Amino acid sequence: METQHSVLHPGGTDAETIAILSWIMFGGATAIFFGVAGLTLLAYVGGETMRRRIASGKFIFWGGVIFPLVTVTALLVYGLMLTGARVIASSGTALRIQVSGEQWWWRVRYPASGEAAEAVTANEMRIPVGREVEIELSSPDVIHSFWVPSLAGKVDMIPGMVNRIRLRAARPGVYRGQCAEYCGGPHAMMAFYVVALEPAQYEDWLDRQRQPAASPPLQKAGEGVFFSSGCNACHTIRGTRATGMIGPDLTHVGGRLSLAAATLPNTADAFSHWIRDNQFIKPNNRMPPFGILSNGELAALGAYLESLQ
Amino acid sequence: MRNYPNSLPRPKGELAKLEAIWAPPRGFKLLTAVNNTYIGLFYIGTALLFFVLAGILALLMRLQLAVPANDLIDQGTYNQFFTMHGTVMMFLFAVPVVEAIGVLLLPQMLAARDLPFPRLSAYAFWAYFIGGLFFFSSLFFDLAPDGGWFMYPPLTSSRYSPAENADFWLVGIGFIEISAIAGAIEIIVGILRTRAPGMSLDKMPVFAWSMLVFAGMIVFAFPAVILATFLLELERAFHWPFFIPEMGGDPLLWQHLFWFFGHPEVYIIFLPAAGMVSMIVPTMTGVPLAGYRLIVVALVATGFFSFGLWVHHMFATGIPELSLAFFSAAGMAVAIPSGIQVFAWIATFAKGRLRLTVPSLFILGFFAIFVIGGLTGVMVAMVPFNWQVHDSYFIVAHLHYVLFGGMVFPVFAAIYYWVPAVSARALSERLGRWAFALMFTGFNIAFFPMHIAGLMGMPRRVYTYAEGLGWEWYNLISTVGAFVLAAGILVCLVDLVLNFRFAVSGTAGNIWKAGTLDWLPNGMYGTRSIPIITSREPLWDDPELAGDVQKGRYYLPGASTGGRETLVTSPVDAVPQYLLQVPGQSWRSFLAAVFTAAFFLLLTVKLVTLALVCGVLALAMIIAWMWQTDPGENHPPVSIGGGIKLPVYVTGKISHSWWAVVILLLVAASMFVALLFSYLYIWTVSPQVWPIAEGQPMPELLWPIGSAAAFIASSAAIAYSGVMLTKARVWPLRLTLLFSCVALATALALEFHGQWDSGLRPTASSYGALVYTFFTVEAQLAVAALIMCIYTVARSVAGMLTPVRRATYDNTMLFWHYTVGQGLMSLLIVHGFPRIAE
Repeated sequence: METQHSVLHPGGTDAETIAILSWIMFGGATAIFFGVAGLTLLAYVGGETMRRRIASGKFIFWGGVIFPLVTVTALLVYGLMLTGARVIASSGTALRIQVSGEQWWWRVRYPASGEAAEAVTANEMRIPVGREVEIELSSPDVIHSFWVPSLAGKVDMIPGMVNRIRLRAARPGVYRGQCAEYCGGPHAMMAFYVVALEPAQYEDWLDRQRQPAASPPLQKAGEGVFFSSGCNACHTIRGTRATGMIGPDLTHVGGRLSLAAATLPNTADAFSHWIRDNQFIKPNNRMPPFGILSNGELAALGAYLESLQ
Repeated sequence: MRNYPNSLPRPKGELAKLEAIWAPPRGFKLLTAVNNTYIGLFYIGTALLFFVLAGILALLMRLQLAVPANDLIDQGTYNQFFTMHGTVMMFLFAVPVVEAIGVLLLPQMLAARDLPFPRLSAYAFWAYFIGGLFFFSSLFFDLAPDGGWFMYPPLTSSRYSPAENADFWLVGIGFIEISAIAGAIEIIVGILRTRAPGMSLDKMPVFAWSMLVFAGMIVFAFPAVILATFLLELERAFHWPFFIPEMGGDPLLWQHLFWFFGHPEVYIIFLPAAGMVSMIVPTMTGVPLAGYRLIVVALVATGFFSFGLWVHHMFATGIPELSLAFFSAAGMAVAIPSGIQVFAWIATFAKGRLRLTVPSLFILGFFAIFVIGGLTGVMVAMVPFNWQVHDSYFIVAHLHYVLFGGMVFPVFAAIYYWVPAVSARALSERLGRWAFALMFTGFNIAFFPMHIAGLMGMPRRVYTYAEGLGWEWYNLISTVGAFVLAAGILVCLVDLVLNFRFAVSGTAGNIWKAGTLDWLPNGMYGTRSIPIITSREPLWDDPELAGDVQKGRYYLPGASTGGRETLVTSPVDAVPQYLLQVPGQSWRSFLAAVFTAAFFLLLTVKLVTLALVCGVLALAMIIAWMWQTDPGENHPPVSIGGGIKLPVYVTGKISHSWWAVVILLLVAASMFVALLFSYLYIWTVSPQVWPIAEGQPMPELLWPIGSAAAFIASSAAIAYSGVMLTKARVWPLRLTLLFSCVALATALALEFHGQWDSGLRPTASSYGALVYTFFTVEAQLAVAALIMCIYTVARSVAGMLTPVRRATYDNTMLFWHYTVGQGLMSLLIVHGFPRIAE
C-alpha cells in the first residue's frame, strides 16, 4: 500500500508550508557551509592581501557577529510568522476528532453530532480533503506524540492535558503517522493512518462508522468464539453485548487498512496470527496471547472480525 | 639585566627535597594518589573507557537497525541499550572527560603545583569510577534503565516502570552529580586563585576561561537535575506525586527541570572543547589567537545565553505562542557567539601558517562537523521545522554532529596534542592520520543519512522499523559508517597502547613549539619555580623562560614549609597573597569515595540497612579527612623570593576554603530556586490542590513563627559564638555552638509538627509533596550543618580551634547562616504564599 510519510512529500497545507521553509533552510545552510569552508581554505592557501583581510578584527566582527545576526533575525521573523499563522484560535467550522494515545495504540472518536451517534475506531482516521480538521489529543497513561509528517508537525499527547492539532489535507491519499515520543515497550510499533477522502466518500465512511455492527452477523461461529473466549472484556463491538474499553473498538475493524497500529495487513489470516501470536509480533503489548484457541477457532474468529466492515 | 626573584646558585638539596615531597605513591598505594597529574590521567582513562563501552552499545544498536524487522537485539534489551548509550555518553563520558582534561592541564597551564583541593578531586574521581562501573554493569543483570536518557515521567514513574531499572538511573547518577559539583568547586577556585603571579585575567589561556565558564555553568545547571532526580525518586519510592496529573502533578515539571539542566549541559560539554581548540590553533599556526577578547566574550555569552534556551526541547508540548517565540529567538541568538569563535579561528589561520599535524586535522574535522551541526541547530530552533523533526532521526543526526563534532573531535585533537607533555613518546603521526581519516569519513557516513531518514518520518528510539517505508538504505549506510568510525577510534587506541608511556620529567616535551605554560618542563611538583607572567604566550615572548624556571630563578623554588605548597594569588590581577599547603596522598578520601558510591548503589537495590552503614562509614571517613584540614599557623610566613613574604595560613573572605563554601552554597541556592520554581509552576497548573481551594486548614501561624524564631536564635547564637571565639572564651564558645544546634533542630521539628498536625501528608497531592520537600531539603542542609557544628565543638575541645586558627568555625558559620536563610525563605513561601494567592 502506497503511503505518504515524509516531511519532504507534503500532502497537507501545514506540511507544505514547512517543506518550503525546509528547502530554503537547506539551501541556505549548504551555501553557508561552503562559504565557511571556502574562507577556511582561503585563510590557508590564499595570497598575502586576502589573508591579511581575513586575519583582521573586522572580519571576525562582520563574519562572526553581523552575518549571523542578520541571517538569524531574518529567519526568525519568517519562522515566527509561520508559527503565528498556525497557532490561531480554532475556527468554528473545523471537523473535530478526539484521539487518545494509549500504550501502544490510538483510540479514535468522532463525537456524536445532532442525531448521529458517535463513531469509535482505532489506529486509523479518515478525513475529508480540503477541510480543516481539529484533533484533540490526550493520553491516559504516558506521553505519546501524534506525528503525520506529510500533513503537519507533531503535537505531544500529555497525561492531564488536552492538546490540539490542526490538519488540512490538500490531496486524497493515505498518510502514515507514527508515535514520536518514546512510550516504553513497543513504541516502535505504534503507527497509524490518516486517510484523506473526497468529501462525499468521507461522509459515506463516517455514516457507516456511526452504525453498530450488522446484526445478525455474517459469521455466527466466529462471533460465538469471540464471546466464549472473553474478548468482550477488553473490546467493544457496538450493537452487541461486547462493551470492553481496555482495547480498541472492533465494530468496523474489518474495513481498516491495517491491524495492530499499522503493524499488520488487514486479512483474516492476520487476525488469527495476531490473536495467537501478538506477543511475538509486538512484544509487551497489552493483549494476552491466545495460544489455547484451536486453529479452527482462530480461523472462525479471523473470518468474523474481517466481516465487521 | 633582569631582576629575578631568586638568585643562583640554588642551595644544595633544594630540588631533591622538592622531588621527595612530591613523590607519588607506588604500587597498591597508587589508590591514595591525589596529585592532579595522576587523578587527571585516571579520570581521562576512565572516561575513555566509558566512551568505548557506550560506543559498543551504539554499534550493537546500529546492527539491529541495519535491516528492517531485525531480531538481533530484542525490544527490552534495545530500550536499555539506547538509554544507557545516552546516559553513559552524557554523564560518564562527556562531562568527565572535559573536566578530567582540566584537572590534568589547568595547574600546569597556570603554573600552579596542584589543584587547591586534591583530596576532593580524588574523592570525586573514585566515586565516579566505582559508581560508574557498577551503573554500567546493570546491563548484565537486565536492570539497566530503559526510559531514555532523559527519563520522562509518567513512563518512568512507579506505575509504568515498576521495576528497579529506573531507580538505577535516578540514584545511580547521584555520584556523578557529586563528582561534577566537586570538580566545579575545584576548578573555579583553582582558576581564580592559584594562577602564576602577573597572569591577570586578560592574560589567562582561553582554555582556562572556558573551564571557568564550564564550572560556573555546572554550579547553576546541575542543581536542577539533582532536584528533578530527587523528586522522581521520592515519587517512585514513597509516592509523593509531583508528576502525576490525577494528584495535581504535571509531567511537564520534569521536562522543565531536566532541560533547564539539559540545555546548559551541552554547552558545559562544548565550551571546554572550544577552549582546547583555542589553545591548539595558535600553536599550529605559530601566531597568537586572533580576537582573544572576542572569544572570551563569546564563551561567557554562550554560558549565559544557554540558560535561556531550555524550552526549545518542549516546542511540541502545547506551550503558548509567546513562549515559542521567546525560546526560538533565544535558540537562534546562541548561534552568534559560536559564529564569533569560528571566525576568530579562521582569522588565526590567516594570520599564521597552519601546519597540518594530526591535531590540526582533528581541528579541521571539528570545524566541518560542528558547523554542520550548528546549521542544523539553527534550523531546529525554527518552531515549525522543529515540529516536524523533533524526536526524529534528524535530531539524532543534529545532536551527534554538535556533540561528536563539537567535543569528541577536539578531545582527540587534544589527546594527540598534549600526550607529549605527559608521555615519554609522542603519538604516531602516521597512525593519527589513519585514525582521523577513518573517524571523519565514518562519522559522516554514519550520521549524515540520519538527517534524511528523519525527514522521511523515522522517529527516534525505535528498536525496529517496517519494510517498505524507504528507510532501509539510509539505515544500512549508517551502520556501515558506524563501523568505519569505530575502526578509526580503534586505531587511536592502538596508537595509545603502542606509544603512550607515562612520564613526568622525561616527557617528549614541547614538540609543537607552543607558547603557553603547560609546556614548561616539569616534575610531579609542576614547575621548579613559579614564573612571573607578562603576556599570553609566555614561552614565545621569553625564550629563556623554560631555562630560568628550571634553574629556580622564579618564585618558590623549593618547599619552604617542608610540605607540598602552591601560591594563592588574587582573582583579577594575580598578585601573590598566601601560600597554600597542599595535601599529599591519603587513604581517607579514597575510602570516603568507596563508601559514598556503596551508599548510593546499595540504596538503588533497596538494601537499605547496608546502605546506611556505608553512609555512616563514608561520613566517618570524610570527618577523618576534614580533621587534617585547617592546620593553623603551623609555620612562620615564608619568603618566596623577590622580597615577598607570604603567610602560610589565612582565614576569612580571602581563604580558598571560604570560596569553596560560597560556591557550594550557590549550588544549594540554585537547587532551592529550582524547588521554588517547581512549587509556583505546579500552582499555576493545579491550583485546585492548594489549601485555600481545597478548604483544607493550613498550620496555625504559631508553628512557622516559632520555627522562624528558633532559626533566628540559632543564627544569633552562631554569631555570638564567633565573638566568643575571638575573645578565646572557650566554654561560652562551645555552649553557644551546642545551643545553636538545639535551636536549629527545634526550628525543623516545629515546622514538621505544624504541617503534620494540620493533617497534610506528602502523598495526598502535589501540594503536600512540595511542602514536605521544602522541609526535606531544609532538613538535609540542617543535618549537614549540625554535623559541622558538633565537629567544630570537637575541634575546640581538641585545642584545634583558636582565635587565629578558625577556618573551621568560619566555614561552619557561613554554611549555618545560609541554612537559616533558606529555612526562613521556605517558611515564608510555604506559609505565606497560599495565604496571599487567590
